[in-house]
Amino acid sequence: MGEGQLAQRKSEVAREGARPLLSVRGLGIRFKTTQGIWQATRRIDFDIAPGERVGIVGESGCGKTITGLSILRLLPGNFAGLDGKILFDGVDLASCSARQMRAIRGKRIAMIFQEPMSALDPVFTVGHQIAETLRVHSNVGEEEARARTLEMLRRVGIASPERRIDDYPHQLSGGMRQRVMIAASLICGPQLLIADEPTTALDVTVQAQILELLRDISETSKTALMLITHDLGVVAETCTRMITMYAGEVIEDATVDEALVRPLHPYTSGLLRSLPHLSPRHGRLPSIPGRVPSITEMPAGCRFRARCAHAAKGCEAEQKLQDAGGGRKVRCWRFAELNLPGALHPPDTSASARVARQ
Amino acid sequence: MTAASAEQRGEPIVSVRDLQVRFQTSDRRATVKAVDGVNFDVRRGETFGIIGESGSGKTTIGRALVFLLNPSAGAILHDGIDPLALSRREFQSHRRDYQIIFQDPNAALNPRMTILASVLEPLELARVGSRTERERQAREALERVGLPQEFGERYPHQLSGGQKQRVVIARALTLKPKLIVCDEVVAALDMSIRGDVLNLFADLQRDLGLTYVFITHDLAVVSHISERVAVMYLGQFVELGPTEEVAERPLHPYTIALLSAEPRPLPSSMRQESRIVLQGEVPSPIDPPSGCRFRTRCPHAQPLCTERVPEWRELKPDHWVACHFADRPNFSPN
Repeated sequence: MGEGQLAQRKSEVAREGARPLLSVRGLGIRFKTTQGIWQATRRIDFDIAPGERVGIVGESGCGKTITGLSILRLLPGNFAGLDGKILFDGVDLASCSARQMRAIRGKRIAMIFQEPMSALDPVFTVGHQIAETLRVHSNVGEEEARARTLEMLRRVGIASPERRIDDYPHQLSGGMRQRVMIAASLICGPQLLIADEPTTALDVTVQAQILELLRDISETSKTALMLITHDLGVVAETCTRMITMYAGEVIEDATVDEALVRPLHPYTSGLLRSLPHLSPRHGRLPSIPGRVPSITEMPAGCRFRARCAHAAKGCEAEQKLQDAGGGRKVRCWRFAELNLPGALHPPDTSASARVARQ
Repeated sequence: MTAASAEQRGEPIVSVRDLQVRFQTSDRRATVKAVDGVNFDVRRGETFGIIGESGSGKTTIGRALVFLLNPSAGAILHDGIDPLALSRREFQSHRRDYQIIFQDPNAALNPRMTILASVLEPLELARVGSRTERERQAREALERVGLPQEFGERYPHQLSGGQKQRVVIARALTLKPKLIVCDEVVAALDMSIRGDVLNLFADLQRDLGLTYVFITHDLAVVSHISERVAVMYLGQFVELGPTEEVAERPLHPYTIALLSAEPRPLPSSMRQESRIVLQGEVPSPIDPPSGCRFRTRCPHAQPLCTERVPEWRELKPDHWVACHFADRPNFSPN
């Protein structure tokens, strides 16, 4: 690399560092239902930097999958409208034409899903399906497409790819199918990979392999990862930042380490405390009373307050996602006065000491 | 709990001897050995955990324990009795004592029946007492699992996942069982309510003297709830011992790898530096590897492991393992 090129590359890196790759601002998504218009998510704000690995966590129905799909504008048929902006590399995806979106999907932003069997077409070979992405987005010949597919299969850890490239999806195990999906999503070298529960259908030993693969690939090819999951352990092992969602809103945004040790939102804290731990017999598990409010009875003000042990007068006011210092954000006006326990509370010394030792 | 059953605590309520369950593949060309030579006792009043990955045979064991499947070979004794030796009539009243709960409460509840009707059904089939007596018992069961009275008149679709699973638990309780097999009972629930349901299981055990066999793929759940835990791989137990021993001083390389693979919600400073990532996936139970079944993925495999099936031995008190090398120093990370 010449000196000029190097300088140019450096300045590119500096510029990239200054501007987030993805910047979601005030995103709200509405659906038509028989009972009227349903506001699935609202006021979603977050950024993802180039190469950053961010986990989106929350329970079912909190809007994390819809948020992922909306970035690629892959919304279901009853979609009724979208507010806000989805800035990707400076371009607002929310106002892109269908044609512009097709040029971005699969090439610059790719997505993988929970169940690889339903994402793969059973009547085409896996090699054909991986190469398809490449043929759609670039002008490559058949031979080159095959060579690059083989290389990609090797990169995602498929042993003897020459033998596997002409296999059909049903001939592969669940773990291998997910590797094929990852290969297909990465073959055009996207800047952002959205992974929606990519390991939920897999066994724990295979899950460990896939998470390691996602982390490695993101590090070596500088692909940003948006990992949607309900599993806080998966986020802790894979991501550096964690965005927690509740009832269609972002309620906390912090580095994984900060969120786990000292969560600022009572919901994040409650979730962390309700997890059973590997160290046996902790006695009763703390739990969050009640359930997520349904879309028809969504309360004004803080949406968590009916279940919150720290609810007080003032929580009925609209909550803003506010700056909590050090790059953290939280949607709770009482965050500064609450000292909430995280994953390590009550401090179980034997468990923590043991894990630290390993 | 009566004085007699308190005395019996710790005695086997279920004894499994050389259990084998085989299935024919759909083309009838091959046999799947879903469970292949498993031995264990479930002790009265305990929670016995079984963990394993998909295809390990853990669900098959659970179904066999309550005779939803019959063993292909070997025996399962309930309180010393072989239920298969009973007459049909005796068997039907006997099996009320051994209940099973499944993962998906949506599949377990009839959407066209009210909650109360669903909970009443087992009492009606067993012809317990009068109609009013049955209704009293069903309502009592709903109350015991923490559901308010008015839920009896609702339909399944009006309930959340956690509430539905409570209904299924209530229904299993109506016939006052001694043992309940719980097959992935919290896997389909959201994390914030999982804890509630696990707490409910613990309360019911304390109040009713129940014995549980808890089948799950989730290590954290099994460690939380069980006194003893068995680890299954390809139709066999590879390790069995007190939960604390297995979780903190595992003996089998597969258990060690499973514990290492479990993603933990801990900050980076507290996570293990190097985890053991097993290569490959579980081989087919149609044609399992010779010798030790884990050898194809075991980081410590030796030639001996191909040649000889490891013995099932009690390496420490109450702690069993099937591995040729489990007693070698420097073998496990502990």
